[in-house]
This record gives sequence, structure tokens and C-alpha cells, in this order.
Amino acid sequence: MARIEAEIGKPQGGFMKWIDDRFPLTKTMKKHVTEYYASKNFNFWYVFGVLAMVVLVIQLLTGIFLTMNYKPSAAEAFASVEYIMRDVEWGWLIRYMHSTGASFFFIVVYLHMFRAMLYGSYKKPRELIWIIGMLIFLVLMAEAFSGYLLPWGQMSYWGAQVIISLFGAVPWIGEALVEIIRGDYSISDITLNRFFALHVIALPLALIGLVFVHIVALHEVGSNNPDGIEIKELKGADGIPLDGVAFHPYHTSKDLVAIIVFLMFFCAVVFFAPEMGGYFLEHANFEPANLTATPEHIAPVWYFTPFYAILRAVPDKLWGFILFGLSVILPLFLPWLDRARVKSIRYRGWIYKAALTIFVITFFALGWLGTQSADPVYVRAAQFFAIIYFAFFILMPYYTTIDKTKPVPERVVYHD
Amino acid sequence: MTEDDLDRNRRHFLVVATAVTGAVGAGFVAVPFISSLKPSARAQALGAPVEVPIGSLEPGEMVKVLWRGRLVYILRRTEEMLSRLSDNADKLRDPDSEEVDQQPGYAANSTRSVRPEYLVIEGSCTHLGCAPLMDFEVRPAEGWSGGFFCPCHGSKFDLAGRVFKGVPAPTNLRVPPHRFVRDDLILIGQDTGAA
Amino acid sequence: MTSVKRFAGLLVLSACCMTTQAFALGGETDMAAAEIDRDNINSLQRGAANFMNYCSGCHSARYVRYKTIGKDLDLSEEMLIDNLMFNAKETFETILASMPAEDAARWFGTPPPDLSLKARVRGADHIFNFLTTFYVSADSPTGVDNMTLPGTSMPHVLWELQGYQAALFVEHESDGAVTKTFEGFEQVIAGKMDSEDYEDFVRDTVNFLAYIAEPIRSDRRKLGVWVLIFLFFFLIISSMLKKQIWKDVN
Repeated sequence: MARIEAEIGKPQGGFMKWIDDRFPLTKTMKKHVTEYYASKNFNFWYVFGVLAMVVLVIQLLTGIFLTMNYKPSAAEAFASVEYIMRDVEWGWLIRYMHSTGASFFFIVVYLHMFRAMLYGSYKKPRELIWIIGMLIFLVLMAEAFSGYLLPWGQMSYWGAQVIISLFGAVPWIGEALVEIIRGDYSISDITLNRFFALHVIALPLALIGLVFVHIVALHEVGSNNPDGIEIKELKGADGIPLDGVAFHPYHTSKDLVAIIVFLMFFCAVVFFAPEMGGYFLEHANFEPANLTATPEHIAPVWYFTPFYAILRAVPDKLWGFILFGLSVILPLFLPWLDRARVKSIRYRGWIYKAALTIFVITFFALGWLGTQSADPVYVRAAQFFAIIYFAFFILMPYYTTIDKTKPVPERVVYHD
Repeated sequence: MTEDDLDRNRRHFLVVATAVTGAVGAGFVAVPFISSLKPSARAQALGAPVEVPIGSLEPGEMVKVLWRGRLVYILRRTEEMLSRLSDNADKLRDPDSEEVDQQPGYAANSTRSVRPEYLVIEGSCTHLGCAPLMDFEVRPAEGWSGGFFCPCHGSKFDLAGRVFKGVPAPTNLRVPPHRFVRDDLILIGQDTGAA
Repeated sequence: MTSVKRFAGLLVLSACCMTTQAFALGGETDMAAAEIDRDNINSLQRGAANFMNYCSGCHSARYVRYKTIGKDLDLSEEMLIDNLMFNAKETFETILASMPAEDAARWFGTPPPDLSLKARVRGADHIFNFLTTFYVSADSPTGVDNMTLPGTSMPHVLWELQGYQAALFVEHESDGAVTKTFEGFEQVIAGKMDSEDYEDFVRDTVNFLAYIAEPIRSDRRKLGVWVLIFLFFFLIISSMLKKQIWKDVN
């Protein structure tokens, strides 16, 4: 009987077998979901990766629907956003989700990166995951920046003016470079049109590709944990890491709780404070771009302000540009700047703990200073914190070497 | 039942409850996204009723207007045209306008119109939406007593927009909602219920 | 479960932040608060009438449809047409100014701005203060200047109601430099309203401007409550599931 079935090509073992003979579905699911083992002692800090994925999905979905009604032209862009807000049924919700999503993307990504600094997730063998992650961060910044021009409000226009002008600081080719970016002698309809192309096609594609690679790399070496222990080194008789639990159903059920809590924050902002006091949607951006008048107070959106404060702290255009660029790029080198023998902050000495604390304070301070006016007092303060910011990275090889570390246990610390 | 069984039941219940709640949530989320695809307030404003003056329309003449971007024909029929409407009853698919979606109730009569003289129909073939051409010439040899002819796939309609048998179009041409504001002014797109 | 508790803490914290969001709006220090009540339909209705009577001659609100106002402010189509729609025929039209923008630009130097989003740009307090602080000034072509927006090209359109007031300045001399400080207003010509009624009048108008800046505001807040209730319910179920699944991990 079985022979006859084989002869007439009927599937044996059902639909899944038919698929698996042609596509590694079961194998992929096992490798990445049901038999991907991650440490059982993941804490609060370990939810931001999956949350970043959630925000990415929200942004892609709402972005597609916004694109259906948005008009990328200087004459119509601002009005088309108001059209979405008022005339398109539920358009306001889709737009608020997208604008809130932009800010939440950075909140989540910053916390995700901070997690890596807490538990040394960038250290060997995860250097490449960190580098890919930093590339994601750069693309995300470009994505946010290009998206911010699209509503064609006052802040869109003048914010873009400032940041694009920055590239004029590059020696020799500066002016030409700026013209290439703008495609015009000033920011215009042409600039808006190309930023739209970048924002809705080029950068999202890059983002999705990088996120995919980020996860493939992660699943190759396995996730780090709050103890910084390689759980793969201690396996049970069944070949499963003793401290690991399967991604599904353990981490998925945990992540679901985190996602819902996240959505509560997200919806609280979307429904009750979409402007977030002018931080998520800036007041001046409810006025259409006016090429003849800069708003009284101009600052980039909050997620750029730490770096913007560093830019402003330097009284020289070229050096401002260099240090601004450096402040964004420096974290890329963390895997080699950090010489500590242990990964997790749990087993590091007081020096790193102090350094990281100061760094967090510095980052917040710079972020706040970046939102303020360019008052000399604030500029002085920004200079002070900029020095600390760079010192954190540049002195790292030194202070992580002399820092006294504690012995790392064999098994992860897990409380039921 | 052992404690294991209880556990399994509880877990099964929670999995189902979570899945159902998640599905309901996804359903809620889908509503705004799908609703946003409907014609917006602006589209509705642009699709507002249009007034068509018909004072200068001579008997036998036809005007084409746009309502919601859709073509509407207004034909002022002559006495002779009206008299020929009953000629072809047996060759028509729906001579008595029984298909309710194709005209408002007040146009479901022998002339498919509010006032017999004025035919108001959408110039969109019910097959695949091409604009039918007018062909009002009577050619008894061909059995043609005037009407509309669709150039795309050869559907034929009479002078009340009724479809002939044996052509691809399934139903009569649609009569849009309309009313006479005055004797020389038709409002297309609004009828406030009655003619 | 500890992480859930920590999340809850953060939720409370961020809720507190949201209630203080107003602080970011007003830059100026000595601005009176508009104290508008956005949920007061009567105030909004009066404000709509004020807007149409006193503002819409020169100012458009080109993103706002009459229909939306009718729906949100409980106004019937007849009431809309009879009382509010001076410049429009159909309720689905948007609010356009009676005066052509080119003429306006010629007369006032700059065209009167569209008011659809003014309250979102400046904040309700700013507009409230702007409309209450016109004062007589011989230097200005309109005969008035404004304490909130000095040098404004807008005439005191509401003078019939408020009357005219003069600003009192006190001059100080220190180190040879003369500085002027504003001491208060003095009524010069009485208007039809006393100052309290006038402030109420302006308050209603500003309330309406705040409403048209974001007509969906009250709907979204109502919906938000249900969304959060649903998510809270979902949270309970999913954390029970998580607990159940993690039971055997030790």
C-alpha cells in the first residue's frame, strides 16, 4: 500500500512533511524558536530587543497606511498631514501611532543598548552582533531624520537646515556634499521628495535587512545573560544548556507580558499625550515651513539632543562636526575598548560601576542641554559633559584593566 | 484528577484565553486601519451631489456629466423614442427593472425615470465599466431601435438603459439617485428619499 | 513577577509626567492662564459664534470642516447654516476667510494667519493673553500695540467689546541707562463688556481655537480609556499564563 502511494506521489507524513522536503520550516522553527535556548534568568533589561521589533512592526504598518494619504511635495505635504489628521477616518490614530512610535523606537533602542553595557553583551563572542546593532542605530537615526522633514513644518524645515548644513563642514567637498544631499540650493520640494524616497523605501529595507542579520548572528552564538555566563558551556545529558530554557514557550510567554506593558505605555501616550509636552511632536511643527523665519527656539527632537549638545559645545564648525560624528560612532568600538575579564556588571569592580553611572548621568544631562537654548552657561555645561562623554570611552581600556573584578559563578543566578 | 492534570487544564485554558484575547485585540486594531481606506471626508465632499441645468437640452439630445468622478448620461427622449421602448420587451434580460440595486425605487418603472422624458443613467457598462456609446439611429433591418452600445465587449442597451439578452453585461445600466430641483434643474447624487 | 511590578511603577511615574505636560507650552513667565474647559460644549458653541463673527472675516481655518464642528458641538445642520456659515454654502466645506488673502496682505503687511492650528503652535494661554493685552499706541499704524506680541499688525478687532486700555510704564534709571517696566493697564475708553465678561468672551473663543486645533482630542481620550482597560485585562491573562508556563523552571 505504502509503495503504491509513493509511486503516485502522494505526500507521506502530511502537509508539514511536504513543506519540509522543500523548505526548512520545521528545522528553522526549531533552531530559532522551540529549541533556541536562552538563559532562564533574563531580567527586565532583556525585553527591549523584542520591544524594538514590536515598534518596527508598528512603524512599518502605520507607515504604509500614512504613505497612502501623504503627499511628498512642498506645496502639499503639510496640508496632507492635516488631511490625515482630520479627513481620513482614523487617520489621526495612525499618525499618532507613527509619531509616538518614532520616539518609543529610540527609548527602546537606548535601553537595549544600555543593557549591553550593563552586562557586557558586546564582548567576545558577540562583537559582530554589537556592530550590526550599531549599524541599525545609525540607519535608525537616518530614518528618523528623513522622516522628520516630511510633515514640512517649521521644525522639519529648520531642523533639516541645521543638520544638513553640518555636512558643509567637511573640508574641500563640504559645499558640494550639501548640494548633493539637498539636490537644490536650499532645502526644497526636491529635498523633500528624495527624503521621502529614503524614508519609505531605502532606509526601511536596510533596517529590515540589518535586523534580520542581527538576529541570525545572535542565534549563532546565543544570548548573553545578566551574569555574563556562556550557558552553552554547561550542557545536560540531553545536550540542552542547564541554565537555558526554550525561547518558546518560556521566553515568548514572558515577552508577551512585556509587550502588553509596553503597549500600555505606548497607548497612554498615543491617546492621552501624543505631543508629550512638545517632546514627541514639537509645537512649532504645527506651523507650515516658512523659509523666511526661523522659529525662536530650535532644537532637534529629543532623541538627537545628546549628540546635538556635543555639536553645539564645540566653537568650531569642522571640529563640531567631527566630535558630533565621533560621539555617535564611538560606542561601535566598545568591544575593544572594554578590557575587563568579566562581562556582567554584577562581577565588575566599583570603577566600572561608577564610570557607567557617570556616563548615564552625562547622557541625560547632554540630552537635556540639547533641548535648551544656546545660552553661554548651557554651552559651558555641555562642554564639561562632552569631555566626560568622551573620557568614558577613551579611558575605558585603562580603567577596565585596573578595575578589580569578582569571580564569576559557574551557573546563572536564578530566583524563582 | 492528579495535580498534573489540573495543571495541564489550567495551562490549556490560559493558552486559549490569551490567544482569544490577542485575536480580539488584533481585530480591534484592524478596524481603524481598514476604515482608513474608505472614502475620506474630502472624498465625500468632492463627491457631493451635482446640479445639472437641463433647460437648454433639446429633445433627442444627451449631456454627459461627472458625479463622484463617475460618468452620468442625461438623455431627453423624444415621444417617438419613448414609444419604441416597449418594442423589445422579449429581447431584454430585465425589462421590468426587477433588479433593485440598479435603480432607486422611483425609477423602477417602464421608462426607468422620474419624468418619462428624461433618462438619467450612469454611463458605465455593467459588464466591466466601459462607457457605452450612444447609437440612437433606428435600423429595423438589424432589429435595432436605438440605444447604447458598449465598445469594449459589445453589450447592448435600449433607450432606457435596459440590457439585451445574449451580451456580456448582466444587468441594466444603473440609475443614480437624483431629483428635479426645478423643471430645468436636476440634482444628481441626492434624492432625499423621494423623487 | 518583580519585573511586572517595576513596570507598574514606571507606568505611574510616566502618568505623573503627562499631567505636567502643560509646563512646556508657555515660555513667558508672567502669562495669565486661559483656564479653558475643553469639555464644556456651551463654551465651545459660544466660542464658535465668536470666531465666526469676529475672526473669520480675516482668518481662515482651512483644515476645519463645518460638518465636523456641527457633529462635535451638538449643532444641527440648520443651526450651522443659520448661525455659523457666513462664508460657505455646504456643511462639508472648510472655513475660509471672507477677505481675499492678497487684499489682507496689502492692508496689514502680512496676511492674517490661518487659525486651524494656532492653539497647537502657541498654546491657548498665549492667544488668551494676546487677545486681552492690546493697548493704545500712537506709534502703530493700527493705533494699538500688544503686550504679548509686540509689533503685531493685527488691529484691536474686539475693541467694541473691551474698549481701549492704555499701558502704564514706569521708567527706571540705573547706570545711565533707562529701562521701562510695565506696571499695568488703565481703561481709557469703556467697551460694551466689563473686564470679567470680556475675559469670558475671549476664553470661549480660545477654547474654540483649541478645539479646532485638534477636533479629535475628546474622542481619542474616551477611546484611550477603553484601550487601556482592554490591555490591562490582557495583561492579567498573559501574566497568569507566563506564571503557569514558568512553574517548572527552577
